[in-house]
Formats: sequence, C-alpha cells, structure tokens
Amino acid sequence: MTQFLQALVNGVSLASIYALIALGFVIIYKSMQVLNFAQPALLLLGGYWVLYFATVWGWAFPLAIVVGALFAAATGVIVERTTLRPMVGKPVFAVAILTIGLNTVISVIALDLMGVEIRQMGDPWGFGFVEFGGLNIAHRQIAAIVAVAVLVGLLLAFFKYSRLGLAMRATAFDQEVALTQGVSVSTVFALSWAIAAVLAMFGGVFLGSGVGFERSAAVTALKALPVVVVGGLDSIAGAIVGALLVAVSETLAATYQPEYAPFLGKGFSQLVPYVVMLLVLLFKPYGLFGTKEIERV
Amino acid sequence: MRLRPGLIADYRDDVAVFRSNVARFWFAVLLVAVVVLGLGGTLPLIPGLVDFTLTGDLLLIAVTAVFASIGAIGLNIVTGFAGQVSLGHAFFLGVGAFTGAILGGTEVTRQVVDLSTGQFVERTMLVGYDLDLIIWLPAAGLAAAFMGLIVAPVAFRLRGLYLAFVTLGLVFIGEHVFREATVLTGGVGVGRPTGVPSLFGLRFDEAGEVFGIFLSKHQKLFFLGLALLVVLGFVAKNLARSRVGRALAAIRDRDIAAEMMGIPLARYKMIAFVVSSFYAGVAGALLYTAVGQLEPGSFNLLLSIEFIAMVLIGGVATVSGSIMGAVFITFLPRLVKWLAGFWMFGFISDSPTGGLVTLAQMELILFGGLIVVFLILEPLGLYGIWIRIRNYWKAWPFSY
Repeated sequence: MTQFLQALVNGVSLASIYALIALGFVIIYKSMQVLNFAQPALLLLGGYWVLYFATVWGWAFPLAIVVGALFAAATGVIVERTTLRPMVGKPVFAVAILTIGLNTVISVIALDLMGVEIRQMGDPWGFGFVEFGGLNIAHRQIAAIVAVAVLVGLLLAFFKYSRLGLAMRATAFDQEVALTQGVSVSTVFALSWAIAAVLAMFGGVFLGSGVGFERSAAVTALKALPVVVVGGLDSIAGAIVGALLVAVSETLAATYQPEYAPFLGKGFSQLVPYVVMLLVLLFKPYGLFGTKEIERV
Repeated sequence: MRLRPGLIADYRDDVAVFRSNVARFWFAVLLVAVVVLGLGGTLPLIPGLVDFTLTGDLLLIAVTAVFASIGAIGLNIVTGFAGQVSLGHAFFLGVGAFTGAILGGTEVTRQVVDLSTGQFVERTMLVGYDLDLIIWLPAAGLAAAFMGLIVAPVAFRLRGLYLAFVTLGLVFIGEHVFREATVLTGGVGVGRPTGVPSLFGLRFDEAGEVFGIFLSKHQKLFFLGLALLVVLGFVAKNLARSRVGRALAAIRDRDIAAEMMGIPLARYKMIAFVVSSFYAGVAGALLYTAVGQLEPGSFNLLLSIEFIAMVLIGGVATVSGSIMGAVFITFLPRLVKWLAGFWMFGFISDSPTGGLVTLAQMELILFGGLIVVFLILEPLGLYGIWIRIRNYWKAWPFSY
C-alpha cells in the first residue's frame, strides 16, 4: 500500500512538470494552430539560464528565476518573430516540421552551453524530504506541485480577467474575426510563445532541482507530447488531466512492471506515455477533451 | 507534338515520365556520368577523369547516399505525395534492417554453462538464416510493409496532426523493442552484422571481378544500390502519375474534397503508408551494408528527422528531389568536415570537446537550420532551385 501511495505521489509531482510543458504546447496550438515540437529545446535553454544565474553568478534563486523567465520569454518571442511569422498561412504540416528543425538547432546550442556533466540548479530544496505516514516526499516535489497549482491558477485568471487574456481567447476562437475587432493578433502570437517558453523554463527548473539538470531532461520533455495528445491538442483542462493520467501510469509502471511483467524489458516505464497515448487515440481520436473537427463540405 | 518540346497539349504529355527526347537524353547522360563516377578508379582508359572519381571515404558516403535515396523516396510517397507527416520512418527502416540481418545473417551460438545442471549448453546468441539477397531484400521490404499495414488502420482513424504523434510513439516503441530483443538485434552498443549481400553467389561485400572489371566492395554496393534506385525511382514516379498517385494528390490538397469525389481515404492512405514502408524496409536493410554493422540505438527519432530533412530540402512530392535531398544530407557531415579546414570556419573544431562548436554539433545545427530556411524561403527545396536555374537559362538572355 505504501509502495502504491509512494508511486502515486511521485506520479503527481511528475504530472506537474508534464502539465507545465503541455500547457505551453496547448497555448501555442490554441492561438496559432502550430504544433510546437521545439518545447523540449525551450525547456533545456530556459533551465540553463536559471542554473547559470543561480550557480555561476551566485544570485539568489528567486532572482535567478525572474531573470531566467525574462530570458526565456525573449527567446520565445525572438523564435516566433523570426521563424514562425513568415509561415503564417502555410500548411500546418510544414510549420510542425519547421519546429522540429528549430528544436534541433536550439537543443544543440543549449546542450553545448550545458556541457556533459550533471549540474545543480542552485535551488533551495536540495535533497531534503519529509516523512509522512511512511511516504518519503521530497521538498522539490512539494515545491513543484505547489508552484504548478499557483502558475496554472494565475494563467487561468489571466485568460479570464485580463484584456490580453480576452484577446488570446478571441484569437483562439477565430483569428480573422479577432483581427477585425481590433485585437493585435501578432501580439497574441508573440505572447503565447513567451508564455510557452516561460512554462517550459519552469518545467526545466523543477525537473533539474534537487537531482540536478542534465541532457536527459530533453527526453522527459518529449514525453509531454503524448500528454497533450491524451488530453486533446486544444484543451487546457485536458493538458492537466492528461499529465496526471500519463505521469501516474508511468510511475506505477516504474514501480510494478519490473516485478510483475519483466518480459517487457528494462526501462519500459519510459515507454508508458506513448503506449497510453496510442490506447487513448484508439478510442478517442481527438484525445479526451479535444475539440472534434467538424467536416463541412 | 514531338517537334515542340515545350508544348504540352494533353494530359498524357503533362504526366509523361520524360516530357521530351531531350529530357530522355539528359537522363541517360546523367546515368552514364554516375556510372563512370562509380567506376572511375578502375578505368585506366580515362586517366583525366580519375580526379573526379569517388574514392575512399567519398565512395562509402556515396553508397550510403544511394541507399538513403531509396528511403527518402519512400518517405516522400507518404509525406510528399499523400501529405501525411510521418515521424516513424526510422522504425520502418529498423524493421527492414533487422529483418534483412536475421534472414541474411549468420547464426551465432555460444557455449554457456546451464546453472541448473552445470553442463555446457549451446545457446543461440543471434538468430540468422543465411539466405540469399534475392530472398532477404524483398522480405525486408515486405516485413516493413506488413508493419505499416498493421499500424495504418490505427494511424488513419486520426486526421492530420494526430498522425505525427502516433508515428512519434512508434519510433520510441520500436527503439525499445530493438533494444530489448537481443537475440534478434544484438542489443544496445553491440548490434549485429548486417545481412550478407550475396546474390546467387556474387558477393557484394567483397572486392572481386565482375564482367572482367575489378571492383572494390564499395563499388559493387554502389552499383547494386544504383540499379535498385533506378528501378524503385521509376516505380515511384509511375505510381505518382497513376490512379493511386492522383488520389493521393487529391487527399493531400484537400481530404474532404477528395472524399466527396469518391476517393476512399482510408484505403489510399493505407496504400501510401504500406508502399512507403516497403521502400523504407528495402533502404533500411541495405543502408548499413557498407559499414557491415547494425546498432539498435541508431533507429531513433534523429534518423526520422534526417529523412524528413532529406525530403524537405530535396523537394516535396518529387522523386528527383528526394534523391537530391538524400545525397545532400548524406554528404553534409563530410561537407562540414571539409569546411572546417578553412580559416574562416575555424570555429568548427574537429575535437569532440574543444572549439566553439564541434563537427557533430555543426552538422545538427545545419540539419535544423536548413529545414527552417528551406521551409521559409524555398518550400520546393533543391528541386525548386534547380527549376528556377533551368528556367533562367532557358530564357537567357531575356530572363527577367
């Protein structure tokens, strides 16, 4: 039972990281119908900025996060302005492949900056953990869950109550209509990339805090793509539910698969997100909460 | 009509493989040039040409380029002709490669101690059946096509973008299976030898005389690949101008409209997927024969991206473009290495750690960067650039 609850706790904290990356993905998809395969690269680069300011320059961690977020947002805006803007109106496939190219380039730069060794994030959590009814809950896990709850709350409030949030919702609904109503669609595009990059940065921070930040973070970030598909490409609620579903199945598999299904091989838990994705798509072709495409002729 | 080469009067002319005898002539010239390039070093008759021949590592890359071209044509059938983005090409290449290696390779057994009895027992480390190339090469293609057939119904329940994700999952699942099925694939970091390319006793992986000309093993493989490429290239070209090709183009341009015209979407998408997988299987089975060793870890997402880059940079929905792209991408690492020798590219370092960027990093940056640049500036790829250059000189000096 303890083992099960422990897996559940680990799953929820992993889900919070997946949710961050997936949310950025959904926001970009909703605002400009672009599949952003560059999210893992943005995570690496964002995480690196925080790591750099906090450990190399020795800044206080909150300050490093704020400045890191500014850098991440700037990266997002620059990427959008230089490469995505010329592609407005081009086929969605072409743009999706373009982001794969972007991912390759940005990853190489980020990995070159990071080097090969595992680097500490300079976070205040470290390896500390609390014991609670036989469960070991790391401080960083609590920090991740709390921070994600706050961030998601802030984002939802932003979409609901601010003018820019309204503009983003209008653009998601219909770009041309939003344009005629005086919404600056280009600002919305830039803003959605900035938000996505900052969310990816937070994903990197929580992925690397305590255990250390390294190259394999990109592989973890890639698993946020099945999360988005499970939830539905254009659903914020779906991203969160999908993250929980995928991450909890992953940690449960990591706990029980070596014991009960060893024939599936070592490291099968890494595959679980993709298997869950395929299973969900078999029954729900648009994900759990995705908008069904309506065909009109 | 043959008197006016530029005139296209009917549909038959428009879709002809060669629009005129001039095109036919230049294709023949190109083919002869490539053959001479491959023979080069062994033709003592034309000493002047030796400078232009492919020797040493260039020939090895050329062999890979020819096989990669077959794979790129395959990806272009599903992505270019049918407009369905597949990130799963590496999986099908892998299926082909390992099928080829299993059917065409040699069984490896080892004496191990059975812990329960204490006796030595013979245990199979690698499965192999020592079959002929004529069997294992088509079998590799068919095995990959069969995998495509299994996956396709799941994949094509989905519209558009979701397909990219399914195929992404396929690559990861495939990589895991290749890693874990050690008795078939040799396992991570070890791998296994590729299938032995021996056609009715003619070994393509050993140097020897063919028709009285002495050929190195890379030259033999090069000509094997060239022959296959010409055949499979024409098959693809003819597929594109057949009923199937027109249906695929209609699906690519607007799937709903295609369905309204009575094109069964599921069936044609499945055909595209299966044919594409067949090409991938054949290409995968041969891709590593020049090196001779397969490694399960190499069939990863990056390989898929490499093939997407070939198709995009070469030219979407053209056979000649796929070949141009495959040749370009395969020669890119060599090109980067060559560029690094010049002072203005001194920032590229050939040591794995030093310098501003290493060769491998520069290569990846070029991959990604070229995908981005071509998509933004020249969506038709190298093929489009070629068309523009050709049209410029066609109308010269009045080309404005």
